[in-house]
Amino acid sequence: MSQRNRLGTGGRIDRKRPLSFNFNGVSLQGFAGDTLASALLANGVDVINRSFKYARPRGVVSAGADEPNAIVQLGSTEAGQVPNVRATQQALYDGLVAKSTNGWPNVDRDVMGLLGKLGGKFMPPGFYYKTFMSPASAWPKYEQYIRKAAGLGRSPVENDPDIYDHMNHHCDVLIVGAGPTGLAAALAAGRSGARVILCDEQEEMGGSLLDSRESIDGKPAAEWAATVVAELATLPDVLLLARTTANGYHDHNFVTLHERRTEHLADLAPLANGRRQVRARMHKVRAKRVVLATGAQERPLVYGRNDVPGNMIAGAVSTFIRRYGVIPGQRLVLSTTNDHGYRAALDWHDAGRAVVAIVDARDKPDGDLVAAARSRNIRIITGSAVIEAQGKKRVTAAVVGGIDIDGFRVKGSTQELACDTIASSGGYSPVIHLAAHTGRRPVWREDLFGFVSGGVPGQIAAGGANGRWSLREALGDGLEAGVRAAAEAGLNAVTVTLPTVAPVREGKPVALYDVPHTKSTMRAPKQFVDQQNDVTAAGIELATREGFEAIEHVKRYTGLGFGTDQGKLGNINGMAIAARVTKQSIPETGTTVFRPNYTPITFGAIAGRHCDAFFDPRRYTALHAWHVERGAKFEEVGQWMRPWYFPRGSESMHDAVQRESRAVREGVGILDASTLGKIEIQGKDAREFLNRIYTNAWTKLEPGKCRYGLMCKDDGMVMDDGVTACIAENHFHMTTTTGGAAGVLDWMELWHQTEWPELEVYFNSTTDHWVAMTVTGPNARKLLAEVADIDVSAEAFPYMDWREAKVAGVPARIFRISFTGELSYEINVQANYAMHVCKALFEKGAKYDLTPYGTETMHVLRAEKGFVIIGQETDGSVTPEDLGMQWCVGYKKPYSWIGRRALSRPDTHRTDRKQLVGLKPLDPKLVLQEGAQIVLEKDIKIPMPMYGHVTSSYFSPVLGHGFALALLKGGSERMGQTVYLSMTDGTVQAAEVVSPVFYDPKGARHHV
Amino acid sequence: MLHIYCPHCDEYREEEEFRPKGEAHIARPAEPESASDEDWGNYLFFRKNPRGLHHEQWFHAVGCRKFFNVTRDTVSYEILETYKVGQQPAVTAESRNGQASDKGAAK
Repeated sequence: MSQRNRLGTGGRIDRKRPLSFNFNGVSLQGFAGDTLASALLANGVDVINRSFKYARPRGVVSAGADEPNAIVQLGSTEAGQVPNVRATQQALYDGLVAKSTNGWPNVDRDVMGLLGKLGGKFMPPGFYYKTFMSPASAWPKYEQYIRKAAGLGRSPVENDPDIYDHMNHHCDVLIVGAGPTGLAAALAAGRSGARVILCDEQEEMGGSLLDSRESIDGKPAAEWAATVVAELATLPDVLLLARTTANGYHDHNFVTLHERRTEHLADLAPLANGRRQVRARMHKVRAKRVVLATGAQERPLVYGRNDVPGNMIAGAVSTFIRRYGVIPGQRLVLSTTNDHGYRAALDWHDAGRAVVAIVDARDKPDGDLVAAARSRNIRIITGSAVIEAQGKKRVTAAVVGGIDIDGFRVKGSTQELACDTIASSGGYSPVIHLAAHTGRRPVWREDLFGFVSGGVPGQIAAGGANGRWSLREALGDGLEAGVRAAAEAGLNAVTVTLPTVAPVREGKPVALYDVPHTKSTMRAPKQFVDQQNDVTAAGIELATREGFEAIEHVKRYTGLGFGTDQGKLGNINGMAIAARVTKQSIPETGTTVFRPNYTPITFGAIAGRHCDAFFDPRRYTALHAWHVERGAKFEEVGQWMRPWYFPRGSESMHDAVQRESRAVREGVGILDASTLGKIEIQGKDAREFLNRIYTNAWTKLEPGKCRYGLMCKDDGMVMDDGVTACIAENHFHMTTTTGGAAGVLDWMELWHQTEWPELEVYFNSTTDHWVAMTVTGPNARKLLAEVADIDVSAEAFPYMDWREAKVAGVPARIFRISFTGELSYEINVQANYAMHVCKALFEKGAKYDLTPYGTETMHVLRAEKGFVIIGQETDGSVTPEDLGMQWCVGYKKPYSWIGRRALSRPDTHRTDRKQLVGLKPLDPKLVLQEGAQIVLEKDIKIPMPMYGHVTSSYFSPVLGHGFALALLKGGSERMGQTVYLSMTDGTVQAAEVVSPVFYDPKGARHHV
Repeated sequence: MLHIYCPHCDEYREEEEFRPKGEAHIARPAEPESASDEDWGNYLFFRKNPRGLHHEQWFHAVGCRKFFNVTRDTVSYEILETYKVGQQPAVTAESRNGQASDKGAAK
């Protein structure tokens, strides 16, 4: 196919660099500098998609971010698939492959289109809800098909091989948009010495200057733009970011910019020096001042069949002609409400093709551009509008009628003008999305027929975004904004002389949104308001008649403003229609709200480098390499990777755990306990602090001794536990649970700083500084004696003492504490000595068959002893007494410690609270499921009262049967009772309520 | 993302460094054992949720690790002041309502 709509000259394309691309399987040609949309139009491709709901053929409407129809699936490989790309914003590259996102079997012959024709009458707003409402249970099924029929693009099923990153910036002035306003603002701020970031979403900076008919300082506007960009590039503190969209505006002038670095080159980022380049970058900018120089978007007029390919926005027609050298048809009819629209007709005429007529809604248009049209002998039909387009896959004619705007009716007879393109202009809407992201409501300006920024602190809207449409005004407003922003950022702002721009005399525009038809809106051919969501004027009328009067409700009912274009073209027209029907003003129907992101953004850019290993970094103990060498299976405990069990050969987890457990009970085992939280506490009031933060008493704990401590929140519920050792009179070493370490430190700092600042006490986390190895089992003492340089006899080193010693020649703290119920020593050494000590232990321990064990065996051993794990037996609603740990509660301590008062609330005294018990399944081989609910009757009825649940459950090799810990209502009074538990396989199992201490209840084994 | 002035560091820092800790100025009753169940329940569980000016406690968790207070508008997210624990806010709902110019934002 030849580029039949390509003009012989003009445009900012490079005709010496032809590019091949593929659209829906057809190979086409374009030029460097094209967008995918301009290249498709050059090739005369009219139908780019089928619409979302009615499957109507659709073509290119706009030339920018507001494009509702030309949404394509991009990518020549599976991994490179990108859904929902706006063809108007995608730079053409050699080898580009694009497909329509809707249409089956293809966009030209679409089966859904037939349905759509039927549906045209039968698919009002809410059609799906109304039609598929019963039976409700079938909705998921319906939804599958509806979504398939209506979907936009698809995600790739392969991993994305590209890399993305994030950058943080602080700047004085962030300028969004590099059109006339933004460039003028950047010049003023940059010359003032401000740190400036100037970003623009297009391939090239310059915005409307790139296709302007006007001149600046006697030169084409684009030349002025190039000069300014060149000067800005020389300023050391100005950062220029093209292909960069300011997507989100967050609190306190925090703006996220999405820079596409390689998407104009290929699907996937090309290699540079053998390395993949960063495909997209998210800039996180904290700006002292933000200048919104985002310009304005042109509103199309709403008339019958305004979605047939060939209907376009007037400004887009100019852009395609002047910037891309593409004229999207042969014969043009322009329908406009203002002078600006005339430019499309002038450009069309000057490109040598026929302008059939300019249809102006005003009775007496009289600006300079109108005069220019008259001087070219272009026919101007005043007081009229295009009320309907004719044609199916391409416009064939425009129906023009005289209109009475106030009466909302067509006057007199209508006429049909043969044409293939209808351009429309209903005036401009300031692009104020970024001013609304932080929740500030836009404000309606009746003189502009548009919303402007509601005012965000630290933000200045200028130029088109501020309702200044003309080039001269936009430049002036931009300079002023740049000066003001620099001054407010604390710089000595310099003023810049406004470049010379000839004033353009402009006639007054008229407010027209949807165009009346000879038939009522409900009966007229479809008048599309939001083409992406197939929302029509009739649909909005129907919605308001059905009671959805607030614009927010209308939007949700009809779908107006959803989708990738977020109502950029349709919102104001939709509000105007709702306002007309409800006989309100536009601001009375509500305001329009915008949310991030301005245009869709790839998840890769949001994630940046925070994926794979950096998604949630793992923590490893200093002995990790040793565990890996020993073939450990690991489990994640918070961020920590802990050895779970150490299988020998092809051993199963069950067999490994049974073997490891027996080794500890009969010989000696070793556990890496380094992940336990460790907090150094010092200061003259350290002891008093412990008395207040723990439930039990610390007054008499002498140096060299350890004590188990229980911590509650002030509501009396257990939050953490651990052993704390007295190192010296004013010095303690606290341990916490692995997962609770950071929270406990925060907790203690909170109480110290906010309630007890008078206490002299200091905290420091030492979790990573120490490695802890628990040597436990009947042979633990014999082994320790071989590596430690101290007397480890029962008399010299009793239970719950700690000693300073040298172990394998390095300084160590040995704590004689036990979480297994066996004789145990926890050897703590400086982390970088860990491997040496570990190796020494295994060297000496070989003769005792020193057995490494993991967290699973640790769980079995501690559960046999009835030792709780905070977070497993507890869930924030369990008191110390619920756990049977009254022995650990110091009711006589003088200070009302954290949690004490709450333990005398009536609720914490209820006898039917859930209490910790043991469960012994009647079937000794059975291991109850953790989480199983406990009931008192064998016959399961739903509903029935639940009495508790299993918190821990294992098979004990030493007991020879399964056993469990559970929380059971009134559990302490139910000893010996039989309870029932429903398993997920549907069986009901019986268990006897027993003491939670299954093994060695007198503690004889560790008191040796 | 909020930009928060830490009164201990004397610098603006990013919200990522901080953790919100709920309503500020919740004093633990001086003599818990003589507090009624209702008073203790109020202290433990009841918190303000104002639309407008709010005094909040924040923690500079990955900074100086100090707790401090923030007066923040929960509608506009504007931070009006930050101050150290033990100090009283200079901006309050009462003082603010006296200023006609701020009424719009507080509404």
